[in-house]
Amino acid sequence: MKHTVALLVENEFGVLARISGLFSGRGYNIQSLTVAETLDPKISRMTIVTNGDDRVIEQIMKQLNKLINVIKVQDMTAENHLERILALVKVRVHEKNKKEIRKEIEKMKGKVLEDDDQCLVAEFTGDEKQIAEVHRNLKPFGIMEFEQTGTIAIEKGKKVIGA
Amino acid sequence: MKGSDIIIKSLENEGVDTIFGYPGGASMEIHQALTLSKKIRLVLPRHEQAGAFAACGYARATGKPGVCLATSGPGATNLVTGIMDAKMDSIPLIALTGQVPTAVIGMDAFQETDILGATFPCVKHSYLVKDIDMIPAVIHEAFYIATSGRPGPVLIDFPKDLQQKEREPDFNKRIKRAGYNPNIIPSKNQIQKAAQLLSEAKRPLIYAGGGIIASEASELLRKFISKTKIPITTTVMGLGIFPEEDPLSLRMLGMHGAVYANIAINHADVILAIGVRFDDRVTGKLSEFCKEARFIHVDIDAGEINKNIKVEVPIQGDAKEVLNQLIGLVKPSDLSDWHQKIEGWKKEFPHHYQLSEQSITPQHVIVELSKQAPSDSIISVGVGQHQMWAAQFYGFKNPRSWLCSSGLGAMGFGLPAAMGAQVAYPNRTVIDIDGDGSFLMNIQELQTLRQEKIPVKVVILNNKYLGMVAQWEDRFYESVRGHTYLGEADFASIAKAFGIEGATINKPAEVAPALKEMLNSKGPYVLDVKYPYDDKSHGHVIPMIPSGRTYLDTILLDGQTLKEHWGIK
Repeated sequence: MKHTVALLVENEFGVLARISGLFSGRGYNIQSLTVAETLDPKISRMTIVTNGDDRVIEQIMKQLNKLINVIKVQDMTAENHLERILALVKVRVHEKNKKEIRKEIEKMKGKVLEDDDQCLVAEFTGDEKQIAEVHRNLKPFGIMEFEQTGTIAIEKGKKVIGA
Repeated sequence: MKGSDIIIKSLENEGVDTIFGYPGGASMEIHQALTLSKKIRLVLPRHEQAGAFAACGYARATGKPGVCLATSGPGATNLVTGIMDAKMDSIPLIALTGQVPTAVIGMDAFQETDILGATFPCVKHSYLVKDIDMIPAVIHEAFYIATSGRPGPVLIDFPKDLQQKEREPDFNKRIKRAGYNPNIIPSKNQIQKAAQLLSEAKRPLIYAGGGIIASEASELLRKFISKTKIPITTTVMGLGIFPEEDPLSLRMLGMHGAVYANIAINHADVILAIGVRFDDRVTGKLSEFCKEARFIHVDIDAGEINKNIKVEVPIQGDAKEVLNQLIGLVKPSDLSDWHQKIEGWKKEFPHHYQLSEQSITPQHVIVELSKQAPSDSIISVGVGQHQMWAAQFYGFKNPRSWLCSSGLGAMGFGLPAAMGAQVAYPNRTVIDIDGDGSFLMNIQELQTLRQEKIPVKVVILNNKYLGMVAQWEDRFYESVRGHTYLGEADFASIAKAFGIEGATINKPAEVAPALKEMLNSKGPYVLDVKYPYDDKSHGHVIPMIPSGRTYLDTILLDGQTLKEHWGIK
């Protein structure tokens, strides 16, 4: 089962290596990983999308918690939360279908960042399903390049993941 | 103050009295500073790996963190096996390494290795110190992390320029750390549940290990057993936490454990697993292990709970603290039926070996040594058959008297670990029971023994083979020898060449007097015990549960399996 794990970690060199090393060393899978500084520059926030049965996820949480540089670990799957991925897509266009493609992009709430004779670059945000849909709908027109970030996630309601 | 002096002063502040260190370009500043220390003795091993093992031996014997020191590059990489040993067996170890100057880090400088990166999977935590002001705080925290919670190794890498810089140090500086809180308060509710389970159990058993030693809970455990009369079996890490001559002791369990211990645990209805991690060498096939039992699992590390086995009553906490609460809550009940059953299994399946008139039986050497050695002796081992025979046949009485690379199983551990323990306890008898293969892996330490006047006694069970692998070849590979023959060596002569007393024996009648002479000697001593590797019969460590099988598949002394012996289909 897919799990989204949010981590607050010390913003220090080597922390990412310790975390990714833990996953590879113990045979856990990383589907996506994003990391960036938080408003407190001493702390980074990481979102890891992984999968495994309950036992594996329990171990992942516990092993992450054992790392000295890890401040907090939360399994978001158990919570009511929002997820977003950002995708950049370069689609092949020609005069005849450009309008149609633009319309399709608009329909999916995408934003055209660059408009060229031969291609369009568009930006999309959404959860995994929505980004997959973007891929599916634009594929018939000819996708030249499709790039996406890892998932970031935030809880619904008042609850926050604080240090 | 120079950076190197700040390092030494900080180590002194942590109570360090011994460092096992080998100098080199990137660490010689620290050695220079050490020459001025009145509190710290530097013991020079003859290989960095032996330095790390010696520090592990020191830590296992004393409970205090062991400290080793090496230069950058090959010095640092040579420490890695010792660091991993400490990780696997939860031993507090501080590994100090010199690093190339900050300005050339990343330039593939001479003797540069990213030792931090290389050791991420082997350490509890590690530091590359780039700010001289942080030295005292880093060293203080390193000791705290190594010794608190589940103990483990911590590595600190010091670039050379940092060692050379001058700075007015602040020894009171501390690191603020939000993500490390090892002081776990065990759940009262869970302890209550455990007490009830144990009080109502008809066939309770304690399965205890290294966690008892780490939390210094051996004495309390003995009180707990004396009150509740619950029998105990230990892991290889737990040897010594309970006296093996006690009727309630079932000695070691697992692959080469006592048959009666493995039968008993698989017949128990409630198992108090404390300071153990359900290692595969203990459980065999997980799905068949103690199928009927209800488990209470006490461990300081949440990561160990429900890792291999789903337990009914998990308790995260320090073994000593949990036992302290548990002892007041468990109501002793009449376990005489259970005791009788166990007594029967003990009589039916004792640890046993056959003596030969022609050649020495290695198990007999250990039994004889166990009789003759002072009761506060410390026993160290390498890895292999001799290690398991020592575990099976030596009569352990006290915690911290058994130095064994248990989880990692690192050959070459015995001699340097004994050396580390002997430095900590110069007046106790420290004996390395070794195999010829293991001994060869750190034989250079004979010079250290001689030079530093460390009176370690070495008993080499020398059968010219890598016996344990040869045993597996005999059992599972039709005795095809895949590079398990080592050959002839006269270890007594080698010892003499280093200026150390030595003797060789090969006749059964020589065993007792030779051990006596060794134990009476004042200095270090090497006793080379030559015996043939005798395949299939005396030469094998028996009992044995083949890897991944159950206790019913135990190979008994007569070659039958327990299943066959009991007539189970």
